[in-house]
Amino acid sequence: MKAVVWQGVNRMGVETVPDPQILQPTDAIVRVTKTAICGSDLHLMDGYVPSMVHGDIVGHEFMGEVVEVGPEVRKVKVGDRVIVPFPIACGKCWFCQKGLTSLCDNSNPNPGLAEKFWGYSPAGLYGYSHITGGYAGGQAQFARTVYADANLYKVPDGLTDEQVLFLTDIFPTGFMGAEHCDIQGGDVVAVFGAGPVGLFGIASAFLLGAERVIAIDRFPERLEMARSYGAETINYEEENVFELLKEMTGGRGPDSVMDAVGLEAQAHGLLGVADAVKQTTRVLESDRPHALRAAIMACRKGGTVSVPGVYGGLADKIPLGAFMNKGLTMKTGQTHVHRYLDRLTGYIQRGEIDPTRIITHRLTLDEAPHAYHIFKHKHDGCIKCVLDPWADPKDHEPTPAPQAQG
Amino acid sequence: MTTNQREDRDRPESPQNSSPTERVLFGAIGAGLIALSLRQRGTVGVLLAAGGALLVAGAAMGQGLGEAVTGVRRTQDDQIKVEKAITVGLGADELYTFWRDFENLPRFMDHLESVKVGGGDGQRSHWVAKAPVGTTVEWDAEITADEPGRRIAWRSLEGATVPNEGAVEFRPAPGDRGTEIHVSLTYRPPGGTLGATVARLLGEDPNIQIEHDLRRLKRLLEVGHIPTTEGQSSGRKGAMKAEAKMYDNRRTS
Repeated sequence: MKAVVWQGVNRMGVETVPDPQILQPTDAIVRVTKTAICGSDLHLMDGYVPSMVHGDIVGHEFMGEVVEVGPEVRKVKVGDRVIVPFPIACGKCWFCQKGLTSLCDNSNPNPGLAEKFWGYSPAGLYGYSHITGGYAGGQAQFARTVYADANLYKVPDGLTDEQVLFLTDIFPTGFMGAEHCDIQGGDVVAVFGAGPVGLFGIASAFLLGAERVIAIDRFPERLEMARSYGAETINYEEENVFELLKEMTGGRGPDSVMDAVGLEAQAHGLLGVADAVKQTTRVLESDRPHALRAAIMACRKGGTVSVPGVYGGLADKIPLGAFMNKGLTMKTGQTHVHRYLDRLTGYIQRGEIDPTRIITHRLTLDEAPHAYHIFKHKHDGCIKCVLDPWADPKDHEPTPAPQAQG
Repeated sequence: MTTNQREDRDRPESPQNSSPTERVLFGAIGAGLIALSLRQRGTVGVLLAAGGALLVAGAAMGQGLGEAVTGVRRTQDDQIKVEKAITVGLGADELYTFWRDFENLPRFMDHLESVKVGGGDGQRSHWVAKAPVGTTVEWDAEITADEPGRRIAWRSLEGATVPNEGAVEFRPAPGDRGTEIHVSLTYRPPGGTLGATVARLLGEDPNIQIEHDLRRLKRLLEVGHIPTTEGQSSGRKGAMKAEAKMYDNRRTS
């Protein structure tokens, strides 16, 4: 089959690889009908997430049709149309029982590695480096999915692939980011980053009762899209974000601030250059936390900073004094996708949100390297790329797996 | 904590992490370095003298650098001690029953090849463990304490190559969190503390082994099997496979 493969820093290629096989009795094989590139895939491509290995199949936003199930799979059936949440839940541990599926105790096959970096190991994730399990991802024609009964979510009839694809990650991620804002009536929410997660964060904040949402970005098309979701906007290249946010909120500051940017934030000035240089070394600093710094400074006293943006390791010069003395709360984490699926599917079915609006590019799997390029550099107004692995149906040449080796 | 204190009374830890033999050995090397430094002038001499002084001081205090780095914990009667805990979402009785059948142990203890229960009214068992370079070590053990649903303790009988004893306790975790399994093992490795340090530097660290074993037990009992990516597809060829091996189950889980 064809799959998108990490070939080293800044190199994503399409290669022919063996078709996936059932490896454990609770596995299911999914024929991927649609897959998307996530902003966090760019962190992988740029080599800022440790433990990527040449040849890793990437992709954690994917859906499709179940074509094979293991002997212990009960609920999922061949032929089911499913979305695959990006974090893997075992469904049995204390965390999964509490709905904290991205913190599953049992799904990461490499917990020792995660414990070295983070103390404890969170859930395994698809196509997201070996620190989160090294599972092959879904930017491919087929994918092996694990603990099928606890993870694969059957798509209700009447919804298209594009309508439900983002339930795998960015819609629940934006929604959890908004939920973490602890929105009360009359609240003003500021969202740093009007990329896919930020846009779903804006829409979700309104769904959860925010009075106003202010989005901060620098690309006109993203700001335009944010306005179309009802947000007011600030272009950080043209304005002083802190002063303008203060003024727009009557001198109070936003009640909560979302960092929907993460570890590759852009910044100007000396500090921005210093972070960029340090991050290049991968050792002095792994993350560029400008958005987080700005979020902490901008947030009103006693407010909440919500961080759906991805961080991987270490970051410098976080304004902890501001955080402590203003009495802020911070909430973050990889998304517990599973617990939001019923609710968010309901919003889509009732037409309260149209997830397809953020799609700017519909491409084939073969065009993935180009898609990564325009998405990274925001060329051609790119906001979200959706890939079709079966654009040419006679595309698939079965590639048998080599005999099992030790 | 009360049980831990009880165990500590049984086998108190020593403030010295290296054995008397090892202290004599490194003390002698340190003294040798100092003697050598007297014949060397300049930086080399200073470095030799400083290194020698460090070794002598370490030997005098019983503090070995290797042990400190690898976290070797030595008991006062010159054994190595390892303690680990994990919480499993099952009741204490279930866990006790699973563990009490020692023949289950090789299912999650990676270094065990087999355990056969038999003899002494079911109190005796025969253990076969994997040892370096494809060899095995065998010994007989007997149960020394057995409190259903709470605690099991065992120790090797006379004549074991690596004399060892172990205990496992099942304590209810607070709230709905299941049961805490606390394991403590003491053993006398070939070569004493120095042998233990070398083994750990070579990747045979019982601290990590026990931690991995307990995690395998948790996954086996909570989910039914241990997750793996071995055999999945990738775009790797040739030498890249070796790189990926660094992250595979056996090395990092």
